[in-house]
Amino acid sequence: MVDLTTRIGSLTLANPVMPASGTFGPELVQVFDLDRLGALVTKSITPEYRAGNPLPRLCETEAGVLNSIGIPGKGLDHFISQAMPEWRRFRAPLVVSLSAPSVAAFADAAARLAATPGVAAIEANISCPNLEEDGRAFAMHPEPAAAATAAMRRVVGDLPLWVKLSPNTGDIAAVARAVEDAGADALVVANTILGLAIDIETARPKLGSGMGGFSGPAFKPIALRLVWQVAQAVRIPVIGVGGIAAAADAVEFLMAGASAVQVGTATFVSPTAMLEVIEGLRDFCARKGIRGVAELTGAALPRTGLPQAAE
Amino acid sequence: MDLGPAAFPVAEQACRVIESAAVGQRYHRLLLDAPELSARSRPGQFFHLLCRDSAGNGPYLRRPMSIWRCGPDQPLGFLLHVKGKGTAALAALREGDRLSVVGPLGQGFRLDPRWRRILILARGVGLATLAPLTGAAAALGIEVQAVLSARSPDDLMAEEFAGTSGARITPVFDSDGSSEVPRVEALLRERFALERPNAVFTCGSNRLFLLLQRLAAEFGIPGQVALEQQMGCGLGMCFCCVRQVRDAAGRVVNLRVCAEGPVFDLQAALAW
Repeated sequence: MVDLTTRIGSLTLANPVMPASGTFGPELVQVFDLDRLGALVTKSITPEYRAGNPLPRLCETEAGVLNSIGIPGKGLDHFISQAMPEWRRFRAPLVVSLSAPSVAAFADAAARLAATPGVAAIEANISCPNLEEDGRAFAMHPEPAAAATAAMRRVVGDLPLWVKLSPNTGDIAAVARAVEDAGADALVVANTILGLAIDIETARPKLGSGMGGFSGPAFKPIALRLVWQVAQAVRIPVIGVGGIAAAADAVEFLMAGASAVQVGTATFVSPTAMLEVIEGLRDFCARKGIRGVAELTGAALPRTGLPQAAE
Repeated sequence: MDLGPAAFPVAEQACRVIESAAVGQRYHRLLLDAPELSARSRPGQFFHLLCRDSAGNGPYLRRPMSIWRCGPDQPLGFLLHVKGKGTAALAALREGDRLSVVGPLGQGFRLDPRWRRILILARGVGLATLAPLTGAAAALGIEVQAVLSARSPDDLMAEEFAGTSGARITPVFDSDGSSEVPRVEALLRERFALERPNAVFTCGSNRLFLLLQRLAAEFGIPGQVALEQQMGCGLGMCFCCVRQVRDAAGRVVNLRVCAEGPVFDLQAALAW
């Protein structure tokens, strides 16, 4: 019997598998029992209504997709009053992804979410443009990333605060340390990486808004490297995300230092992908004689290893 | 015991191909052994298909495909226009191969049993989407008149459209000019005046949609249109397949073709 229980700071999950923000919604309940997941993660909620980006919003590549959806949504008031009652029907812990255009807006929204029953954690999506820094994403540099994190930390009390880092930075370890020092409880690594595709017949970008975030299997080695670097830079838990489609991918992320994983784009190809990852993790641990999935965390990092292989 | 709706109305299932055959020069039909899914599919709904040939080659994302044949004791059928990587991979499937489907998805056509007569205006592969409506209408005793627009008589697929439903078909063609919008308009005006339908339906052509929307508004006839759009998840989660639709208050809003559609009110939909 393999124990899949996963601890992310003060939060205990039944298993280490959850959806990646933006690729998931309560609509998936049409396909399977969402309470089988370790946690639920909402699309990013923004303080105000957003219409989203021009079409096309998605563009396929050989082994992944570019997206520029633009975080369409009805805003925080609507989320708290209309969406939260629907989310509370589920028993799995609810992680609310939050995006905001300024440090103050992050803090205001985080405070309101902290006062909302049924929110198990906030996942701050700091990859969005910071309007106070010429639209550069908070997550690009340590200082704005830390400023947003610290402002939220001050107002959310004991509510777990996860911060989702971006691959679009020169030194992710420095950003990770700054966010840890600013009070984050966990790091989600990583968001999509900026990319581009061009329609050569029209000489225009294939996405309506030009560049987009790249995700899917082709991104996995990069995301895995980022998790590896971040896990060695901080002491707080890391949640790995980027190109995970099968249990073997998830095992790699855990071995690279992640305590849990998120599955995103793979759900588009197989809506039941997350269930296969959960069952596959159980099978892998059983085959390797590992009692608890938590033992996999960091097994591939320098000076560690699988339990039975330990010196 | 009241079972109500299925606990999980959308299935991800690998189905056996029981027929895979070319239809004319550009189209292809696939029939799948999926009795349970076929029985609960409704005209106008769609499936999200993993377009991989038997060697596993095909595009990364699934492709939405409207249901062409469905019903109790019927194979689940798709009629596709072979035009890209995805449809080519589907056309390469052979009897006995497996095809992974997700569905049934989306909101289908609505038929009012009190209706006596409907009119369908379809172009190209849009007729595949509207085809199952002919049988559903026939089962309710609703007469179906159809104007089918095609490049040429070889491209018409009247049998694929109407099956055994008894739908009365008026074909119009590019090859003889009868499919030009002014001539189709004259034809529809005559029909609306002589044998006024209770509702009209369309799919497959922007200019025919605009024509039908204008005429239906003028004559005060309700209508429905099935829209197409590129999709990511097919389930309503990714918000990539939105189209502009007028809401009840007249505001233009983005609605998801996969979740709120693909069938929309004819007057609410905006041209694409």
